[in-house]
Amino acid sequence: MSDFIDQAQARIRAAHANGTPLRIRGGGSKDFFGGERVGDVLDTAGHSGVISYDPSELVLTVKAGTPLREVEATLAAAGQCLPFEPPHFGSAATVGGCVASGLSGPRRPYAGAVRDYLLGVTLIDGRGESLRFGGQVMKNVAGFDTFRLQAGAMGTLGLITEVSFKVLPRPEADETRVFASSAAEAIATMNKLAGQPLPLAAAVHRDGQLTLRLAGNPAAVSAALAKLGGDPLVDAASFWTSIREQTHPFFAGEAPLWRLSVKPTAPPLAADGIDELIDWGGGQRWLRTTLPVDAVRALAAQHGGHATAHRGVDRQHAFQPPSAAVMALHRRLKATFDPAGILNRGRLYPDF
Amino acid sequence: MNAPTLPPIDTAALFSALAEVLPKGALLTTIEQMRPYECDGLSMYRRLPLCVALPQNEAQVAAVLRICNARGVPVVARGHGTGLAGGALPEEGGVLLSLARLNRILELDPLARTARVQPGVRNLAISEAAAPHALYYAPDPSSQIACSIGGNVAENSGGVHCLKYGLTVHNVVAARVALADGEIIELGGEAPDAPGYDLMALLVGSEGLLGVVTEVTVKLLPRPQLARVVMACFDSVEKAGQGVAAIIAAGIIPAGLEMMDKLAIEAVEDFVKAGYPLDAEAILLAESDGTPEEVANEIERIEAVLAASGATAMRTSKDEAERLKLWAGRKAAFPAVGRITPDYYCMDGTIPRRHLGDVLRQIAGFSDEFGLRCANVFHAGDGNLHPLIFYDANKPGDLEKAEAFGNKILDLSVAVGGTITGEHGVGVEKIDAMCTQFHSRELTAFHAVKAAFDPKGLLNPGKAVPTLHRCAEMGRMHVHAGKTAHPELPRF
Repeated sequence: MSDFIDQAQARIRAAHANGTPLRIRGGGSKDFFGGERVGDVLDTAGHSGVISYDPSELVLTVKAGTPLREVEATLAAAGQCLPFEPPHFGSAATVGGCVASGLSGPRRPYAGAVRDYLLGVTLIDGRGESLRFGGQVMKNVAGFDTFRLQAGAMGTLGLITEVSFKVLPRPEADETRVFASSAAEAIATMNKLAGQPLPLAAAVHRDGQLTLRLAGNPAAVSAALAKLGGDPLVDAASFWTSIREQTHPFFAGEAPLWRLSVKPTAPPLAADGIDELIDWGGGQRWLRTTLPVDAVRALAAQHGGHATAHRGVDRQHAFQPPSAAVMALHRRLKATFDPAGILNRGRLYPDF
Repeated sequence: MNAPTLPPIDTAALFSALAEVLPKGALLTTIEQMRPYECDGLSMYRRLPLCVALPQNEAQVAAVLRICNARGVPVVARGHGTGLAGGALPEEGGVLLSLARLNRILELDPLARTARVQPGVRNLAISEAAAPHALYYAPDPSSQIACSIGGNVAENSGGVHCLKYGLTVHNVVAARVALADGEIIELGGEAPDAPGYDLMALLVGSEGLLGVVTEVTVKLLPRPQLARVVMACFDSVEKAGQGVAAIIAAGIIPAGLEMMDKLAIEAVEDFVKAGYPLDAEAILLAESDGTPEEVANEIERIEAVLAASGATAMRTSKDEAERLKLWAGRKAAFPAVGRITPDYYCMDGTIPRRHLGDVLRQIAGFSDEFGLRCANVFHAGDGNLHPLIFYDANKPGDLEKAEAFGNKILDLSVAVGGTITGEHGVGVEKIDAMCTQFHSRELTAFHAVKAAFDPKGLLNPGKAVPTLHRCAEMGRMHVHAGKTAHPELPRF
């Protein structure tokens, strides 16, 4: 065991005994995200480095404090990538924060989310026990998939210390085309195209433009371009980065920023007092609105989903709670992994 | 999981309570009626339940669970009974809850590319219903003509295309679940994600221990326009393994990537005459699917990579008939082996592929040691090995030898960094091997997760996760760095 693990275990054991909250932090790039931040910082940034990586196995195992950019550079050098294209929100972003926040980038509807690429997670639970769930192989059905639970759990079930990802080859061809379109037409087109054998890699609508990204086998991409037409986008890579990293002009300014996860066929949500950017082929809607929390959540629920406050909203309302019965399961799982409620208290739900 | 200590059951009162909530003829209580339910696809384990309940809808499922929960009666859920790990083996003092009659496709949304179905719907029936929209459900376990989607969710089933298209967990978006006390909850949803913990992902592969699935919403994918397969022959399994690594290293993710060794090839050729060469030590089947342009490009690259990896001969399907013929051999591997041995025992370990040569050499060594032959069929792309151990159940001691041989393979899979089960599940079959793969502290966490969903421990007891007591008795408790994790626990 490394010094970091020993020290983290000792700190968590002491915090468990005393009931004092600990706030897990990697690079701090997602400090803005989620509920309240409570307790002394437990810094993971020192726990860094690739543990094993064999490109022909398509598996990467890495310490959780490793900077995401370092992981992506390592993969890129071997022609591979994390296909869920995690947002960084700053150069210090770490693997642990990437998993804990459960955020995925523009390619998510076509390539899958963080949780889809997790093969195993090692964590220290709220009693200070080091637990290894999952493994380092592609197919593994032994034991419950408790490692997938860590994606989006905001560190409330344990301190993630090690992660194994399934990785994939980087798409050889990557092209973007722009089409003039209303929001309603764009949603219909996005869904129709997703039902056809096309190498779709991202689909966004904003400002009367549908922007489609096609990535993968070069022959498939050129055949798709010939079929779809559209205008090439200058500096497409920067555009997709600006969507992923929330640096696109839509995300500027002080108005509250909400992420709605909805059924991809849901109609446009733009209205008086609601500005919208449509992402994920219709499934992810970014809203700028000062509507009350309950109204935004109700809007999401009406379209089969839920709302997450990203910026400019009281932190305790960051995440929409699930139904009462499912919330009861959440509480029991939380009590199982962190009985004293010391890990990232309040970061997911106010009373966790 | 731990079989709870239960009060004696008043069978007559239980039967009458169940009969009240079930349709006429949906409660089976005689040995003759219950015989078809005594085992699943792992027929070496057989047991009769107290009774078999055949509800027709979710409300009846919930009612059965409520009755059982109130009386402390264990419940084992079952789909179509094709599982290979004994996950649906009945509990002697319990109710066998068959979901077979919940078999309707409730809704198919071609634009949103989802299908909402009842748990007893067959895997292949979903793809058949989606076919008019040029869509399909991707996971294709070999039993797909018979297996139920509810069972697929319980086992996180795979198939030959899961390297590219994922497992059940990647292709199911929502479920309605009856908890042990009969409460119905909804997990996941039609949106890309749901709030809070990803309980949908936790449910998939939980082997019926956390809840009973009453409805499943699956993701449908556009059906690839074309598929072609390359068959490549090698003069050693190591070289075939290197061919697999070379394909991946070239940045290609084939739709399917399968390997068979010499004994498997012989068995198959004798049975279906797929056209496999009998002089090869191993063959690879590498399939490309997608648009015609993509497939042409990818097949050319696969052929070049395999030639450079030392393939001694290659054949590429020119049309659908030839493709199906080349696959027929692989798909018939299990029945083909079944023709040349009275019985066989199918293993399911997954290993990091770089250890393939060494693992197959050691399996050959075990084969000599136990005097039992073993054919190897391999989902090569994702490292999932299916060694088929030949034995004769009528020969005294043979089954025990086969099980000991199999356990050595499972231990070896764990030792090289792999897992005891890639896609078949733990069930009752591999419960002792779980003690090798996990420390007692992880097993303790699994028990706690189980208790969070099912505090009385009534759903599928005795499956999937061994008690620490059982591991200690087996002498297989994982001892790390010379010390046990829970010195306070009694050991026998």
